[in-house]
This record gives sequence, C-alpha cells and structure tokens, in this order.
Amino acid sequence: MLKVVRADLHIHTCLSPCADLSMSPRRIAAQAKEKSIEIIGISDHNSAENVPALIEAARPYSIKVIPGIEVTTKEEVHLLALFANLELAINFQEEIYTHLPGENDPNLFGWQIVANEKDEVLDFNPRLLLGATTLSLEETIDLIHAGGGLVIASHIDREGFSLLGQLGFIPFGLPLDALEISPRLNFEEAKKRFNYDYPLVTFSDAHKLEEIGTVTTSLLVKDLVFEEIALAIKGQAGRRILN
Amino acid sequence: MLLQEIVRHLNLNIFTANLNLEVEVTGGYTSDLLSDVIANAQEGNLWITLQVHPNVVAVGKLKDLAGIILVNNRQPEEETRRKAEEENLPLLGTKENAFIISGKLYALLTQKT
Repeated sequence: MLKVVRADLHIHTCLSPCADLSMSPRRIAAQAKEKSIEIIGISDHNSAENVPALIEAARPYSIKVIPGIEVTTKEEVHLLALFANLELAINFQEEIYTHLPGENDPNLFGWQIVANEKDEVLDFNPRLLLGATTLSLEETIDLIHAGGGLVIASHIDREGFSLLGQLGFIPFGLPLDALEISPRLNFEEAKKRFNYDYPLVTFSDAHKLEEIGTVTTSLLVKDLVFEEIALAIKGQAGRRILN
Repeated sequence: MLLQEIVRHLNLNIFTANLNLEVEVTGGYTSDLLSDVIANAQEGNLWITLQVHPNVVAVGKLKDLAGIILVNNRQPEEETRRKAEEENLPLLGTKENAFIISGKLYALLTQKT
C-alpha cells in the first residue's frame, strides 16, 4: 500500500558557515515535526558531519533523515548528493575532503559547528566548507553515483551557484537524477519554465529554522526508506512525485 | 583589430590547432557566469574567463564570439579543447589574471592608430 509523504531534502545545519547558529540538530528536528515533514535531507556544504546528530535528534519524532552533502564543483555549481545511509555519506565526504582546499576563517565566513544530538558543541570544522572542490561537474556526478548516491542539481532557478547560472545550460545527456527549484520560484511556474527531461523537485534550502518546510515535495512511496524515495524521484515502480 | 594581432601583442597561448585567427574582434567581455555571457556578450567579442568546462565552447558559438581567453594559466579540459577545434572557435590562454588581461586588451582595442 503506497502512501504520501512530505519531504524537504535540502536543509543546512550550523555546520554550514552561512547557516544560522540556531540550526542545531534538536531544533531542526523539532521544527520539521512542527511542519509535519516526514523526511528531511541534511545537506551542508561539502560535509556531512552533523548528520549523525540529526539522525539521533529526529528519532523521537520518527522523522527519516537522509544523509547528504551539497557539493560545490570547480565550476561553482552546487549539487545535492543524497545517500542511503550514514556510512555511504561519510565515505563520500572523505573523498570530497581530499579535493577541498583551504581553511575556514570563522570571522569572515562564519562558524562551522559540529554538534551532538543534545545540541552541544563537539568541534569546529576547520576546512573551507564554503569553497569549491577541485572536481568538475561530471567528475562529481560520477563520484556520487559510484558512491551509491542520488544527484540533484541545486536551485537551478537561481543565478549564483546553480548549474544554469554558472554553466548557461545543461550539458547534453548529463546523468542527473533531478533538478531542484528553490522557494523563490513558484513550483507551477517552474514546471513551465524548466521543461527538461529530468524530474523536478522543490526543497527549502533552509539556512534558518523558519525556512524549513517553506516548500516541500510530496512523494508517493511504500515506506520511509531511501530506496523508496529514490524510486519516487525517478518515477519508477509506481512510485512518483505528486506536486 | 584582428585576433591574430591580439594574440601576438598579448603573447597568448593557442590551445586550438589550425584555426583561422584572421577574425575581427569587436570588443571584450569578462565573466565567469555563462548565463551572464549568454545574456550580455556581443558578437565578435573576445571572452575572458576562468571557466574551462566544455559548455564555454557552446556559449562562444551561440554568441558568435571571436574567441575565448582562459586566465591564470588554466588548462582547458580535453573535451573543451576538442570541441573548440571542431567548432572552429579559437581557445587561447594567458598566465595573467582576468583583471590584468582585460586591462591589456582594453588598452589594445582602444589605442589610437
């Protein structure tokens, strides 16, 4: 029996230097519950270090956490990489770290807080998470797929850091799994404007608590598991995107 | 001014073999957002950028640009170089950054002859 679930698969935490410091694991989980979101994707810039805390913080609410990373390619295109489990996300993160130069300056870019599920500070990530990796668009997509992940081009309706903004058009045959529309553009309008052979999804790209769930994508799935979510996004086996 | 003269004056590397450089350059455009180049570059412009993705060739052809200068000693991806040759779009390079090479090109194109 299939059911409809609401997903917001693009949420930053206090690990992203550009995100609000109030984006702590417990508060994010509570806010997602408040907004009746059943699946959240945690996708900080070039890192997945707050995913473990989110998985724990969301457990009491029975919210499914999809481990993710928003990767910055060398062309400064943002790609959302989503994985079936923490281990795959961490493996991918380690690969990304070997291609991510620079050190963060918290006074310039913001703090990069690694937290636990009680919202306690564990560490500060020293890397330049806001920087670009040295991986090309195609190399990054191949790495995500090789690591078992889904690839979604982030906020294609925005000029900065988007596939269309940075590279002008989508290279022919690029093996993306979906394109994401930001909350800035009405989703119905987006469907008319971006008529590509890729599924369209819309997520909040929340950097502040109140932004969580401002837009969501409804998915028709059997269970709250990654494999079902992937099927729905790809529109396979009767699973599909509903909005 | 012809692209050939600009290549000589600015000491540019040529990544694309056997292409005609006797094309008129109408001006320059400096940008790394390809969507911006699509919107604002003019026909015959020489485009200065650090992007080396194959999409630069398509944008260059779309806008009928005279050529592309890659800055900071950046090497084009092999696919980019191959496409540029196929599309007959000169792909050039310089060790200078975008500011310096833009200034030099501007001076060259606006000098009194």
